[in-house]
Amino acid sequence: MSYVAIKGGGRAIAGAAAVTEFLRTEEGLSETLAEPLGIDAILHQLRHLVDRVVSEGGVYHPKFAALAIKQSLGDTLEAAFALRAWRSTRPRLLATPPLDTSRMRLIRRISSAFKEIPGGQMLGPTPDYALRLLRMELMDESPDAFRAVARAWLDSCPEARLPDSFPKVLDALRAEGLLPPVTGRTQAAFDITREPLVFPVPRSAALATMARAETGSLLAVAYSNMRGYGDVHPTVAELRVGYLPVMLPHPITGEPTEVGEVLVTECEVVAMYEADDAGGKPMFTIGYGACFGHNEVKAISMAILDRALQKGMKDGPGNPSEDPEFVLLHVDGVDSMGFASHYKMPHYVTFQSDLDRLRTTQQKSGEPA
Amino acid sequence: MNAFSHAQSGNAYNFGFLDEYAKKEVRRAILKAIAIPGYQVPYASREMPMGRGFGTGGLQLTLSLIGPEEILKVIDQGSDDSVNAVNLRHFIEMTCPGVSTTTKTTECTLIQSRHRIPELPLTSNQIVVLQVPYPDPLVVVEPSEDKRKTMHGEADYSRLLVKLYEDIVKFDEITISHRYPTRINGHYVIDPSPIPRWDVPKLNASAALILFGAGREKKIYAVPPHTKAEPLAFSDVPFRVEDFRDEHGHRRACTRCGCTDSFLDEFAADSGSKTYQCSDSDWCDEQMLLARQTEGEPA
Amino acid sequence: MNKILEVRNLSKIYGPGCPLCLESTGPEADTNLCPHCGSVVAIHDVSFDLFEGEILGVMGESGSGKSTVVKNLYFDQAPSSGEAIFYDRDKQHDLFALNAAQQRWLRNHRFGMVYQNPHLGLNFNISAGGNIAERLLMSDLMDYGAIRERAKALLARTEVLLSRVDDLPKNFSGGMQQRVQIAKALATQPPLLFLDEVTTGLDLSVQARILDLILEIQQELKTAMVVVTHDLGVIRLLTGRAIVMKYGRVIEAGLTDQILEDPQHAYTQRLVASAL
Repeated sequence: MSYVAIKGGGRAIAGAAAVTEFLRTEEGLSETLAEPLGIDAILHQLRHLVDRVVSEGGVYHPKFAALAIKQSLGDTLEAAFALRAWRSTRPRLLATPPLDTSRMRLIRRISSAFKEIPGGQMLGPTPDYALRLLRMELMDESPDAFRAVARAWLDSCPEARLPDSFPKVLDALRAEGLLPPVTGRTQAAFDITREPLVFPVPRSAALATMARAETGSLLAVAYSNMRGYGDVHPTVAELRVGYLPVMLPHPITGEPTEVGEVLVTECEVVAMYEADDAGGKPMFTIGYGACFGHNEVKAISMAILDRALQKGMKDGPGNPSEDPEFVLLHVDGVDSMGFASHYKMPHYVTFQSDLDRLRTTQQKSGEPA
Repeated sequence: MNAFSHAQSGNAYNFGFLDEYAKKEVRRAILKAIAIPGYQVPYASREMPMGRGFGTGGLQLTLSLIGPEEILKVIDQGSDDSVNAVNLRHFIEMTCPGVSTTTKTTECTLIQSRHRIPELPLTSNQIVVLQVPYPDPLVVVEPSEDKRKTMHGEADYSRLLVKLYEDIVKFDEITISHRYPTRINGHYVIDPSPIPRWDVPKLNASAALILFGAGREKKIYAVPPHTKAEPLAFSDVPFRVEDFRDEHGHRRACTRCGCTDSFLDEFAADSGSKTYQCSDSDWCDEQMLLARQTEGEPA
Repeated sequence: MNKILEVRNLSKIYGPGCPLCLESTGPEADTNLCPHCGSVVAIHDVSFDLFEGEILGVMGESGSGKSTVVKNLYFDQAPSSGEAIFYDRDKQHDLFALNAAQQRWLRNHRFGMVYQNPHLGLNFNISAGGNIAERLLMSDLMDYGAIRERAKALLARTEVLLSRVDDLPKNFSGGMQQRVQIAKALATQPPLLFLDEVTTGLDLSVQARILDLILEIQQELKTAMVVVTHDLGVIRLLTGRAIVMKYGRVIEAGLTDQILEDPQHAYTQRLVASAL
């Protein structure tokens, strides 16, 4: 028994970091040559992991996302966290004007509302219809076989020119008068990285918060709405995945100039129609979801929640998924994982205080049982 | 994983880690918090390279306030050497080159702390930054932040007071152990962070500025110097700090320094008996030094 | 007798409202729903005075707007237009010109409200005594012993068994919940009390005892009351003066006896006749 219960804290931390580093590099001790995990391998072969981390980290920096994945041993919460913390150190120099997603260089685009859509359906890369059988041949894939697959695909792929832009499915519905006209375009978007959420918040704040939310958290809340704690009943009017040109004003001419592109997933759902309060025609309602990277579950969940939150903001929340405070304050991965972890820290003082209260209360209520 | 290695590998970070715009924004929020004692000022809390709940709010305040002249002390559970304190101090030393750190309460100008306020009375040259997990004392009676904002604005704390009433009805005692709701300057009631009740009286008319930072909940609030801080209580059921008397009614002493008027940590020895030591490690060291000096002096 | 409340031209419209709302609604139009814009004209142009210690009845069928009147005066809702002056000792308060904190102060200190639905008036998660304590704490009484004594005295006065002071209201009967609500409303000895269909839905014997209690309180404490009800029996028993409302408008006002014995408006005549 001595005072050292909390002495040597610095040594303990260094030790913990060292043993974690050992776990990361342990394979280097094995007989067969072990290569350290390359950033490029993560970028390309674990692309959906990178997609998650850029989206939840809130910075489109796939390379640093891959680095974060490597140093966190593949923990997406930790990796997104490291990327977010890096972002805190960067000044924000410019903001892009709203980007036009009809100009996306698409790799995938579907609508579940119509069999035929202007511009056509394009299945693209998706595991949706794949059989989830373990592919044993990948257990020991040779570099030659690996290369051959990619080459064969490229060789068999017909040359086709895709158009520069695809019309939005929603535009057609809007033209028919089935959707309300677009409003709010003139309002500046709420910047959640510069302003705290003070409720009630505008829709743009809700969208921004969900765009960098933790995928699983967003899915869980959206799923509650789908299952019956809510009534969105969405139809996916359009889901598109592709590279969105990022435009910035040219420093000299001021002309919008393409400075690069980001991979994004965008989802627009159409939900049950509502009577217009002002006595106008009933219209379908819309939910919007978009996030960095290829992450369809996240974009769909976000679109459903956007619709649910709009309803909650208008009529008052009827269930958790319609309550802006409930949804927006509980879907951030960095916040929630940090707080869950903090319970591991010492709480000696507060627990001492708890003991004092319980003992006093027990004394007052006679002998403890 | 350790975020330090990344910074050490030569990737230059700004002094104080955060970019200057972010620091300026935090300082503006601090000024507002001082101007409206006890009011929770919302701010755009940045992500720090340690977990939400590990002191990211306090850290942002410290990093926004700190300059090369500052002498910093970081404590957690009263100790400069607990893992979290060490971690935060390392980070600040690394990102704020030139800043001095100390473990001595007498020497420091800026104290970042979790769960304790030092035993030694603070001076007007010092600022205390407390880390806050839950900034709003009303959260126990009202989950909606929007509604709580109105309740604070109107100083409507009756539901919180009813909780105290119901406690006494049920247990004949107020059961709130730490995070004791405290009214500042006669209006706003704050959650004074998870300090024990023992430390709450130190907020009242403090010579030092006391700042509170909640990183995850994105709020900053303050108890400015020489401001009234009153723990909620009934006139006939007064607020009480932790009781360190033994079964015979004697005040327990720290087994290390012998002090009988500090907040004590309880240790369970292997034999099953309990021993007690000062929670504030610097205070304990100072008391021992004092005792040694007194012993050494000729009679 | 001194005036305690003066209500002038109180109106409350739900919805966007349009220039045709007022002429298209009311007793003559036989609706409170504007056919042009879909707005509901819940009340329009309601005026009355209330004097110290007096009980005023507001009668009408459901949809007549009678509850909206007291909800506006108790600040549960904000009126669309109109004015109300509360004369409190030597001060007067222009109710709808006050800020939220001032309104809350009046609610907590000088007004009392008893709702038909006890969920609106009571916090079901805290004890009966705690509910009364909440109101006392709102008015800055900070002595636990004194709060407890006062809560017990109020519950005793409203005939709630003292053994139940620490029980949750959700375990009480409907009549008992109303008694706790009345005790809570009276906690700060307000000079003005609003009662919104307080006996509706209760057994007749329970109703009678609660009405007796209200009368006794009025005689003991000289509390002025506005009693909202569709029940002519309640009007007859409690009130000295009454106003009759239909589709948001006051169609008849006067001494209760006069209204009940010799109603002037055809609607009131039908109401009175149907109750006989």
